[in-house]
Amino acid sequence: MKKNHLTIGLAICLFLLSIWSLFLGVMDISIAGLLSGNLEELEILLISRLPRLLAILCTGVGMSVAGLIMQQLCMNKFVSPTTGATISSAQLGILLALLFMPSSTIWTRAIFAFVTATLGTWIFVFFIQRIHYKDVVMVPLVGIMFGNVIGGITNYLAYKYEMTQALSSWLVGHFSIVLRGRYEIVFLVVPLVILAFIFANHFNIVGMGKDFSSNLGVNHNLILFFGLTIAAMITASIVVVVGSISYIGLIVPNIVALFKGDRIKGTLLDTALFGAVFVLICDMIGRQIIAPYELPIELIVGVLGSILFVILLLYRLKNGRKSVKPKELFKKRNIKNGYLN
Amino acid sequence: MLIHNLKKSYNSKTVVDSVSLEIPKGCVLSMIGPNGAGKSTVLNLISRLIARDAGDITFKGKDISSWKNKELAKHLAILTQSNNVQMKLTIRELVAFGRFPYSGSQLTAEDNQKIDEAIAYMELTDLSDRFIDELSGGQRQRAYIAMVIAQDTEYILLDEPTNNLDIYHSSNMMKIIRRLCDDLGKTVVLVLHEINYAAFYSDYICAFVNGQVAKFGTVSEVMTKETLSEIYNVDFEIQEIEGKPLSIYY
Repeated sequence: MKKNHLTIGLAICLFLLSIWSLFLGVMDISIAGLLSGNLEELEILLISRLPRLLAILCTGVGMSVAGLIMQQLCMNKFVSPTTGATISSAQLGILLALLFMPSSTIWTRAIFAFVTATLGTWIFVFFIQRIHYKDVVMVPLVGIMFGNVIGGITNYLAYKYEMTQALSSWLVGHFSIVLRGRYEIVFLVVPLVILAFIFANHFNIVGMGKDFSSNLGVNHNLILFFGLTIAAMITASIVVVVGSISYIGLIVPNIVALFKGDRIKGTLLDTALFGAVFVLICDMIGRQIIAPYELPIELIVGVLGSILFVILLLYRLKNGRKSVKPKELFKKRNIKNGYLN
Repeated sequence: MLIHNLKKSYNSKTVVDSVSLEIPKGCVLSMIGPNGAGKSTVLNLISRLIARDAGDITFKGKDISSWKNKELAKHLAILTQSNNVQMKLTIRELVAFGRFPYSGSQLTAEDNQKIDEAIAYMELTDLSDRFIDELSGGQRQRAYIAMVIAQDTEYILLDEPTNNLDIYHSSNMMKIIRRLCDDLGKTVVLVLHEINYAAFYSDYICAFVNGQVAKFGTVSEVMTKETLSEIYNVDFEIQEIEGKPLSIYY
């Protein structure tokens, strides 16, 4: 019963915040104005505010679900689209699209990003499967290094072909360019998340290890790479529209897992809702702090996310093992106990 | 289950060499032998967790590799040591995975009943909402066995089920294994290091040395001074306690 309270609470919270965010911005929109048929206000709502809200929701849901899937499949709580080279691969894909097809539409860029993000993630996982140091900290470190190598290549190419300006909008995530007609690709997140929900148990089983999956008749590698592909495609469709948004895929699934455990079927909805609420709050803060200008979401997410993570750690330290175990968090830090398998 | 001429090598090092064996139905078979004798590898081969290099494994009249994954999972279960115990799943959620080969993600009423029965059988009902990462080693091992029971297979293969357990929990585990065979009619094949557990709780023992079967037979056939001394290169004395041969080594 208690479990449902969290979900319902998050849903209500998300709904109220969504409504509020629609009326937040440089141009004033009021319910009264909309009802009295003020076309100008309606236009702003439909062209700018609503697309922005939908993009934010898709980003929050998508990034946290992608992180959840990657963490489960890699059996490591510190793997996410950021620490698994997915985001940087997607950026490289966008750059390649800009280079080879300068007149490319957002759809062409998205296809490039899908391919590179998927390949980058596969290579990363293929690599960590081969290395013997399956230390919990080692795996995300390898991912960060690999991501930086790809980021380096992207930067090099961008400088060489004088594309830095064009690329910058994909390097730091922000929602200010989200307008009707050039963000719809982010809706791909919805079917992909539904797909992830359908295969939730498969991902859980794969996350328990290769032997465990074989015992239950699940094709380990097939599901592993299928799941990674879903996560990579979710990430890519977000990066193409809003740019890189780090940390959400890392923090959100970890916080939800602390309260609700690791059964994906049970946590996916909460993870998605919490991710959406989190991004929405960050976006609203970013719009308010230096209004009428706005701070990129990436900045707010980074600051707020790390604070949240530290609070969580401290709270767990103080409250001991009740209901939520800090043990798990510390296990990851303890190299001795840190080996997977 | 029939095993014929099984071979496996890693980088030109042969770990399993010409192993032929018939696993009798409805009994407990223990595989013993020194470290690196290939016991676990054989167990992994017959459950096809790893691929064999040569030989035949016939399971219910059909070669094991021609079985469909899901179908095989309804007849043969294997539990190895390499489970991810950091996962925060409750016991019930873990045991529910045992029904995966039958119903996929949608559990039926029958599945739920089987899950409850398995949990009750392993005396975990009170703990069923606890996360497996907070359990003691013995409880966790019992949770995994409960999952295998829920999987409802005829054959159960266990790789060192008493590993890392103290004497109390180990002997408990062995009693459970015995009951799996006697009460539920399952065929249990397990790898053991502790010879006396093998002698006391199993029907057959298969001793491995250097990747080959050194001796296969009933407990009393294998548990002789000469055989054991030869296998382990240690002096043995055999004494009979409660009608079972137990070994003393030093």
